Amino acid sequence: MSALEENTVPVTRKVTRPAFHRRLTPVAIVYIALAALLVVGSVLVGLRGEVLLDQAGILNIFTRATALGLVAIGQTMAILTGSLDLSVAYLVGLTSLIAAETMGGRDGMIVPGVLLALVVAAGVGLVNGLVITVLKANAFIATLGVALILRGYLEDTYTGPAGDVPRGFQHLGYDRIGPVPVAALLMLAVAALSWWYLSRTRPGYHMYAVGGDIEVARLSVVPTRRTIVTAHVLCSVAAGLTGIYLASRLGSGAPYVGTDAGYDLESIAAVVLGGTLLAGGRGGVVGTIGGVFILATLDTIFDDLEVDPFFKDVVRGVVLVTAVALYARRMTANRARGRLT
Amino acid sequence: MTWRPRLAEGTAPVLVVLLLLLVGLAIAGPAYDEPSGYLALLKRAAPLMILAIGQYFVIVSGGFDLSVGALVTAGVVIAARLINGSESATAWVILFVLGFGLLVGLVNGLVTTKLLVPSFIVTLGMLLVLDGAIFLWTGGAPRGALSAGFRMFGRGAVDVPVLGAVPWSVLILLAILAAAALFMRGGTGRALVAAGDNEAAVRLSGGRVDRLRLLAFVLSGLLAAVASILLGGFASVSAQVGNGLEFRAITAVVLGGVLLGGGRGSVVAAAAGALSLEALFTLLNLLGVSGALESAVQGVIIIAAVAYAALGSGVRQRLRLWPKQRNPERPAQPASS
Repeated sequence: MSALEENTVPVTRKVTRPAFHRRLTPVAIVYIALAALLVVGSVLVGLRGEVLLDQAGILNIFTRATALGLVAIGQTMAILTGSLDLSVAYLVGLTSLIAAETMGGRDGMIVPGVLLALVVAAGVGLVNGLVITVLKANAFIATLGVALILRGYLEDTYTGPAGDVPRGFQHLGYDRIGPVPVAALLMLAVAALSWWYLSRTRPGYHMYAVGGDIEVARLSVVPTRRTIVTAHVLCSVAAGLTGIYLASRLGSGAPYVGTDAGYDLESIAAVVLGGTLLAGGRGGVVGTIGGVFILATLDTIFDDLEVDPFFKDVVRGVVLVTAVALYARRMTANRARGRLT
Repeated sequence: MTWRPRLAEGTAPVLVVLLLLLVGLAIAGPAYDEPSGYLALLKRAAPLMILAIGQYFVIVSGGFDLSVGALVTAGVVIAARLINGSESATAWVILFVLGFGLLVGLVNGLVTTKLLVPSFIVTLGMLLVLDGAIFLWTGGAPRGALSAGFRMFGRGAVDVPVLGAVPWSVLILLAILAAAALFMRGGTGRALVAAGDNEAAVRLSGGRVDRLRLLAFVLSGLLAAVASILLGGFASVSAQVGNGLEFRAITAVVLGGVLLGGGRGSVVAAAAGALSLEALFTLLNLLGVSGALESAVQGVIIIAAVAYAALGSGVRQRLRLWPKQRNPERPAQPASS
């Protein structure tokens, strides 16, 4: 603390009702917004004489949230570490093809197909991480470069859907318990696992440390390189899981299934909407899942209201910027009160 | 002391790459034996170079502008719809498109500086809004047609005494490039780079960082509108004109040795990066590399360029015959890890 700072911040300001403000973390805001959205959506859809949260509606929301949720969980780790991954969209397409082609319609090849897809995904993540740490390329450029390489490979090798997923494996995409798809529960399980990893384990803490300030982390003997590489491998594996899930839903692999949905920028949007700082070091998976469900619920409401699909993009853009502006205001307000959270 | 050309830091590598590519073109393609071939290349590259110049302003001041691709699409689609083939509307529609670009840049800049939202998110939101709004407005299939007067800037050429027929787009490009280079030499330009390097220092020394950033976004939006007018000239009217241009422009800027995160790089190098990218695509075409692999090559090249820039000083030091003293700034490594 410098003398200047001590003189300019009045001491009394530091102790103003911390309890109330602390309670409203970005995560809380996300879930309050989600609840409000569900209420407003139900009323709007109700005015048309329909029900938003009936069996089909809940199924719709969960199905939309599954694929994006998986990508966004991985993206959360990359962003928390102060990095980001623009290659996930092409990787989703690539892994869906690898899984479907390895399976080739045979039940016996399900496990090898899934494993091969995950290994390739981990390999791509390793390349991302090594390009960033060893070649010292900016994460934006490194993953954009890898994305372009994957795109070149996909465009050169495939012209359309390929491979065949056996019927047994399609259960993963279509089975459900009540209105909730099994795959959505698996996605939530992955989210819970990531939450545990990020908030209860040493490598998880290291991710926050590296994202907060890489120099301080390095001087505190945090293995920064290993942490960044790990974050990218996990991010890519999550994208690989998405590819496998989409293959089981589509019944085959599709090269552009990831890019058509815009999973690269969409997942970043979901993570940031969930209150994670784009610069890294603050946030978490819980908020991300909230962000994903907000986007999925918005889509479902618009579908029910039969709004022009392109209007969704407009609303999404506005929601995204508004949310981040709110978080930024809270942070500056807290800074002015002399607090860091 | 050895003589060194006066080039901004990081400019030399891209110029070498550009020169190699141009020599490669001369060897590979018969069309590049004479100036007209290179003039055609420059004409094709003009929109991307202009976008790269705009993107440079934003990147060097520490931001990103992901909305330029969508803005280019919006410019072309709006112009086609408003002109609808009538020649008399050309002039005010051009002004309208430029004003639209200015407005989008202004919104990007204001939200970034006043609401403190990271520019990556602001311009991503703008991309979504513009894309959605354009599709909403056109129903997915743009209507209308551009007038010959509008297309003149992209297609036409004027007779210049010595060179012969020079395309309008090349003249516009050169004018913008010269203006940008002059601007970056002036006080405001230098302050812009300084704001990207160390925001707090600029603020403490009385620089208005917010205004500088706002200016960068406005210039980027305006130049994207100019690029859309040029592209409208030689591309057909579709809702996909600008697809992926934002990443291509960022690639070009990075290829020009400009540091992502701001504070380093020159605008001429950014434009040279865009020209190199276009020359590379032309060369790959001539060599018969399939269009699909083009993006893979682009990916390898940008990673290599950034890695060279990041590791370059070390590599250069080792390659130098008489190495200078070791870098004294490097902090001591911790004992373990």
